[in-house]
Amino acid sequence: MNTHAIRAIYRFEMARTFRTITQSIASPVLSTSLYFVVFGAAIGSRMGAIDGVSYGAFIIPGLIMLSLLNESISNASFGIYLPKWSGTIYELLSAPVSYLEALIGYVGAAATKSVMLGVLILITARLFVPYHIEHPLWMLGFLLLTAVTFSLFGFIIGIWADDFQKLQVIPLMVVTPLTFLGGAFYSIGMLPPVWQKIALFNPVVYLISGFRWSFFGQSDVNVGISLAATLGFLALCLGIVWWIFRTGYKLKS
Amino acid sequence: MRIATEPAPSGVGEPIVQVSGLGKTYAGGFQALKNVSLSIRRGEIFALLGPNGAGKTTLISIICGIVNPSEGTVLADGHDIVRDYRAARAKIGLVPQELHTDAFESVWATLRFSRGLFGKPPDPAYLEKVLRELSLWEKKDNKIMSLSGGMKRRVLIAKALAHEPKILFLDEPTAGVDVELRHDMWQMVRRLRDDGVTIILTTHYIEEAEEMADRIGVIRRGELIVVEDKAVLMRKLGKKQLTLNLQNPLPRIPDDLAALPLELAGDGGILVYTFDAQSEETGIADLLRRLGEHGIAFKDLHSSESSLEDIFVGLLRSDANAAREPGA
Ligand SMILES: Nc1ncnc2c1ncn2[C@@H]1O[C@H](COP(=O)(O)OP(=O)(O)O)[C@@H](O)[C@H]1O
Ligand SMILES: [Mg+2]
Repeated sequence: MNTHAIRAIYRFEMARTFRTITQSIASPVLSTSLYFVVFGAAIGSRMGAIDGVSYGAFIIPGLIMLSLLNESISNASFGIYLPKWSGTIYELLSAPVSYLEALIGYVGAAATKSVMLGVLILITARLFVPYHIEHPLWMLGFLLLTAVTFSLFGFIIGIWADDFQKLQVIPLMVVTPLTFLGGAFYSIGMLPPVWQKIALFNPVVYLISGFRWSFFGQSDVNVGISLAATLGFLALCLGIVWWIFRTGYKLKS
Repeated sequence: MRIATEPAPSGVGEPIVQVSGLGKTYAGGFQALKNVSLSIRRGEIFALLGPNGAGKTTLISIICGIVNPSEGTVLADGHDIVRDYRAARAKIGLVPQELHTDAFESVWATLRFSRGLFGKPPDPAYLEKVLRELSLWEKKDNKIMSLSGGMKRRVLIAKALAHEPKILFLDEPTAGVDVELRHDMWQMVRRLRDDGVTIILTTHYIEEAEEMADRIGVIRRGELIVVEDKAVLMRKLGKKQLTLNLQNPLPRIPDDLAALPLELAGDGGILVYTFDAQSEETGIADLLRRLGEHGIAFKDLHSSESSLEDIFVGLLRSDANAAREPGA
């Protein structure tokens, strides 16, 4: 194992994060805080509790997921897209680094950053709404698992993308809508029956539901199914990455 | 500079890079390399010469692991570059043709990154030495984007040396570089060679190959057409012949043309003029005028050159500007 290489990539990526701290950490925390102000403190006080949980608290897991998904994808995709775009990827390709090592470095750094962000949002939420976490270890577990899975997904997007627009299109056009429709702001149980069925095709529903269960001990879908769905997506991403590396897709001619 | 960490290599002159039957067909069907076989000797400076698009970068990229080969094998210091890529790549440093740099990083950060990437533990003292040798030490905390083009090229060299490679590839190191920096670069390459690093550089400047190389390989349209010691090659390269088929055979060369490099052949029916292909003044116009004065008429004329010369003349034409550059 070339641990020096893993460390070098990880450090390099983390340094980039801290150099751009305003846009990489501060701005997502700020925008999520605005949701808490609007939906938690202002509107939330006029809304009834959902399944016994105050509306302000109810949206915390969904909002964290929203940031987590977007940030994981954009960190990881940008991390690998940037060297491709600037041409510095030549160095990675010519180094005695296995694909697994490169993956651990890039995805590890992206996931670290999103977990940091998730925790920061959780702390910030405390300023606006009181909440209690029922299963803190599961909560951390889901946080970590989602961060890693979607960093992996972002890594794939970063390799696939050959311009900045492609880099943005999936987070913007797919992930954000799926998150909003996946119960970030409501319980799937509040939808008409037909839409409840349709919602089950939305993978983000399982992420949010499982994460919400770790907070409040109740969920739209069984937590076991949530976990299985997340792990399934992780396996799918790993499979794609394995194929990318085996074929050199968009990396090597 | 401490580059080669191993004791003096046994058997200087044995191949350190062994390319066998290498071929590359890019997606889309373009065949960029055709059955290339080449041995690079330990400790030499090898210049790969060829016009743009000949396949120089492709060859280097395959050896360094950036492009997948379609056929053939490469051994770097005895290690197969595909099966045993870790050991092979650890020995190799690459300075790419294009100035690919991390604009927002500092020189120091990017150098540390390179060393780590190649699996070496941190060694600030060594990196400092590399930077000092390249006159970059004062710039170590500067962001790369604030550096000039020549400085960026040096940063790329420093990165390539960060892991103490034994084999260094320089892909067109002096393309678009001013004359002064070019001479610095040549000096640096010689210093590295003196430290035991094997150097393979590509260029399309004949002068550069002439100045630097121990041996020269010429590549054209994906084929390695010649590999020679520089001295041998330069002799062949320097001469070119103009052959005139005469209307009427000459018994002998007229006395006042005797000073010219002329020879009669084919029972006096063929006049051969040998000249220096690289000099500005070929003397052909003068020759033809003087033949006219003697009433020596010819049916046709052609320049008979070895295929090698052919290539180089083509090269010189395609890159006339570079060839004429003063001081180069
Ligand atoms: N990724 C690629 N896909 C298709 N063709 C390529 C690719 N890279 C290089 N080529 C072609 O291969 C030939 C050799 O290119 P290259 O090795 O860069 O030549 P050189 O370095 O000698 O100028 C050129 O005709 C070039 O257009
Ligand atoms: Mg080239």
